[in-house]
Amino acid sequence: MNRMSKGRTRRLLWGAGFTLTLVFVCAVTAFAANSITGAGSTWVYPLVAKWSSAYEAKTGIQVNYQSIGSGGGIAQIKAGTVAFGASDMPLTPDALKAAGLIQFPTAVAGEDLIYHLPGIGPEKLILSGPVVADIYLGKIKMWNDPAIRKLNPGLNLPNMYITVVHRSDGSGTTFTFCDYLSKMSPEWKEKVGESTSVAWPTGVGGKGNEGVAAFVQRITGSIGYVEYAYILENHLSDARLINRDGKIVSPTLQGFQDASAHVDWATAQDFYVILPDQPGSDTWPISGCTWQILRKNASKESNEEVMKFFLWGFQHGQDMARSISFGPLPPSTVQAIRAYWKSELGYSL
Amino acid sequence: MNGSDPAARIDIQSAPAERKAAPRTRRLAGDFLFHKAAVFAAFLAAAALFATVAAIAYDSRQAIETFGVWRFLKSSEWNPVTQTFGALSFIVGTLVSSAIAMILAVPLSFGTAVFITEIAPFWIKKPIAGAIELLAGIPSIVYGLWGLLVFAPVFAQIEPWVNQYLGAIPGIGLLFQGPPMGIGMLTAGIILAIMILPYISSIMRDVFLIVPSSLRESAYAMGCTTWEVAWHITLPYTRSAVVGGMFLGLGRALGETMAVTFVIGNSNTLSASLLMPSATIPSVLANEFTEATTKLYVSSLIYLGLVLIAVTLVVRFLAVLLIRHLQRGEGAST
Amino acid sequence: MTGVILRRRVTDVASKILMGVAAVIGVFFLLWILWTTLRFGIAGMHWDLFTKDTPPPGTDTFGLRNAFVGSLILLGLSLLIGVPVGLMAGTWLAEYGFKSRTANAVRFVNDIMLSAPSIEIGLFAYAIVVDPMGHFSAVAGSVALAVLMVPIIVRTSDEMLSLVGGDMREAAIALGAPKSVVITKVTWRAARAGILTGVLIGLARITGETAPLLFTVLNNQYYSTDVFRPMANIPVVIFQFALSPYANWQQMAWAAAFITVVFVLVLSVVARVFLGRVQAPK
Repeated sequence: MNRMSKGRTRRLLWGAGFTLTLVFVCAVTAFAANSITGAGSTWVYPLVAKWSSAYEAKTGIQVNYQSIGSGGGIAQIKAGTVAFGASDMPLTPDALKAAGLIQFPTAVAGEDLIYHLPGIGPEKLILSGPVVADIYLGKIKMWNDPAIRKLNPGLNLPNMYITVVHRSDGSGTTFTFCDYLSKMSPEWKEKVGESTSVAWPTGVGGKGNEGVAAFVQRITGSIGYVEYAYILENHLSDARLINRDGKIVSPTLQGFQDASAHVDWATAQDFYVILPDQPGSDTWPISGCTWQILRKNASKESNEEVMKFFLWGFQHGQDMARSISFGPLPPSTVQAIRAYWKSELGYSL
Repeated sequence: MNGSDPAARIDIQSAPAERKAAPRTRRLAGDFLFHKAAVFAAFLAAAALFATVAAIAYDSRQAIETFGVWRFLKSSEWNPVTQTFGALSFIVGTLVSSAIAMILAVPLSFGTAVFITEIAPFWIKKPIAGAIELLAGIPSIVYGLWGLLVFAPVFAQIEPWVNQYLGAIPGIGLLFQGPPMGIGMLTAGIILAIMILPYISSIMRDVFLIVPSSLRESAYAMGCTTWEVAWHITLPYTRSAVVGGMFLGLGRALGETMAVTFVIGNSNTLSASLLMPSATIPSVLANEFTEATTKLYVSSLIYLGLVLIAVTLVVRFLAVLLIRHLQRGEGAST
Repeated sequence: MTGVILRRRVTDVASKILMGVAAVIGVFFLLWILWTTLRFGIAGMHWDLFTKDTPPPGTDTFGLRNAFVGSLILLGLSLLIGVPVGLMAGTWLAEYGFKSRTANAVRFVNDIMLSAPSIEIGLFAYAIVVDPMGHFSAVAGSVALAVLMVPIIVRTSDEMLSLVGGDMREAAIALGAPKSVVITKVTWRAARAGILTGVLIGLARITGETAPLLFTVLNNQYYSTDVFRPMANIPVVIFQFALSPYANWQQMAWAAAFITVVFVLVLSVVARVFLGRVQAPK
């Protein structure tokens, strides 16, 4: 074999490959403008995913959403590494001001406890807030504990350990759940409190709503909490709860919207409202919302792209939302959001 | 060709006077640049270690200022709500899972290495050795995936037995009580053991082969059994490298992320039982890093990374030292 | 037979059995892992994996194209960064440093870096690329992967270049070649099979590395080749999909794991073949 030509050929190939890579890289960085990146809540992920694929089909703009948990959404928007952060835990007006952020709600939904018990199907198990708090505190350890049996006189509860599943990542779903538990159990409020990430007294941690659902699917005798769309999508066994009015309710879109009807969106500063444990006979006790967070000093272009996407969702995505049990915001709230954008950022759509 | 540059000397002597200036300067310039590029590259390769430690230490300073050293290491409270962070449960998780891995892997590696070098008929040696090497090539995420989706359900069937029999022993029984989840500290330890088995085993095999055959053969000639040769002759001779190999495996177990994150259960509290979920420093980094909401939280996580680096650095340093020690000794004696 | 001899015989037989069992255990787990990866991986294979992008949750479609392309880009960039640094450093060690104290110190440090936990390197890349840049990017991930790859290439280049016989070098010098030309045109060329082996082994090492990518590249549900932004990649996609409750996502996780394992095994086998070719003529 002729060594010279072999070496020559190889060098030419390297040079060509290198140049091609460079050209490739330069050419496609030009396409960067056609996409925006957001991150955060896994709660709202099914909704954003549905909206963004329809939005891309309509406008060609890609909304790349990474569901890394509300904690992640807050962290990343504070760091400015994403265009919008989604969090199911609203930031207080003080926290927003300190970090130079604004937030607005997206849609209302609910979360529920899911369980994996042999022979006990969906909506057969009835739980109450204090009992759930005690399970998650580790005080109730077995499924056939008297406290659970009292709520479920007809059920054949097995003599099995309860494997508690919670979130391992920073989660707004956790915030909503812990807020509910704090209201139901003074011991929980004192020992654990509520936030996107808490010091869980017991249990296994799953990553995202998906991780919790996956663990409960796999581990017999487990209990977990997930956003309702995940229950629908994966046919998980969900529990019925006793709400503030003492009625046993199932999670329904109507139940979530009833909770939302009891809060005044228009007057809440920075849309800071807390939805769990609202009154009403059909109200679902663990209802919640997701807020989208923007940076005030991000580029007008970037913020406008985000605003365009969500406004499109508010105006054209209502049926998509309802199909996965997300309650779309009423037009009055959407108007309030547009006014908020104008007053906080100086521009609006 | 030791240090001094015959190439440069010959250049000066061979180039004719009139053409000294332009071509030789050009060639020497290229040569000079190449040399400097090589020096720079070597510097980068060596500096990477120090740069890593420095960068991570720098980003931990807020947490170090807030929590100090001992308080951070002793506290098992990891509470993002109150912003108090302590490393103890993760340090314990890391050490315990690695300890389980070592307890399981070292005897298995030793057995495998001796089997391959002494016992196996020669037609089995290569395939088994190759198979064990393949284990090392499997990416850790596949271990995690397999561990969670295949091994954990199987192990969840075995765990009730463990809970019932081992858990009933007074005293150490506490280690084995808990619900049969299939995931937890023990599962993570087992998966880690499978992962580090090939590393320890292949180092052991390499050094066992270096043992001078005169030593082994004289022992056999005196009537020693295979076991006695392995235990009393081969092992003492290769002692430092074997310990080095163990440290190498330990370093790998301490720093393993993906396989552990899938199966350890992600619980930030300390529990006595090995069947309960737990967390290690790498697993908590993987789970919580992109979601740390405050600067102190991020800094505390990076501080955890610093603790991990300190531990693995010592372990790896010892590993390299001990393995090289034998190889240098070997060169001198043969 | 006296008691002592009987005891020694029994110990010998028992230990042989135990050690055989030990070896079998190792092989057993290997076969189990490979078998399940093969079984579920092949079951999850679809043509769509290569033509469509990752689907959102709750739909029943398949696709991994953006992840494959992203991973290839990451590997390519890592090679671009890692191979020159690794090769030049190995060259310095073999051709300029020889056995000097500095060179031995560099080799020692390099050996320590060989077994660095990848999550530490991920933190390092976060600190020096993601933090200053302000966002996640494929470049940050490539830096992390390159740092993981360099020690392997340094080590193999150093060893392979040292193996090249002195007579070829001396002949080149006698012809008047300056040192850099001797190295690039003669020594590198002579050791090229060994150097390539090192590159292949390095590549096998970084394929499938997930931890450093978690907080440098993040992920992207769309097809993107912008290296200054988050990019889809196979390991993080496997991580996300495996921990989910969706059947199609789990199947794709297995398929991706299967392809990764095959890729790594092929690289290792090719590297071994090259190594055989290098060592044979000696």
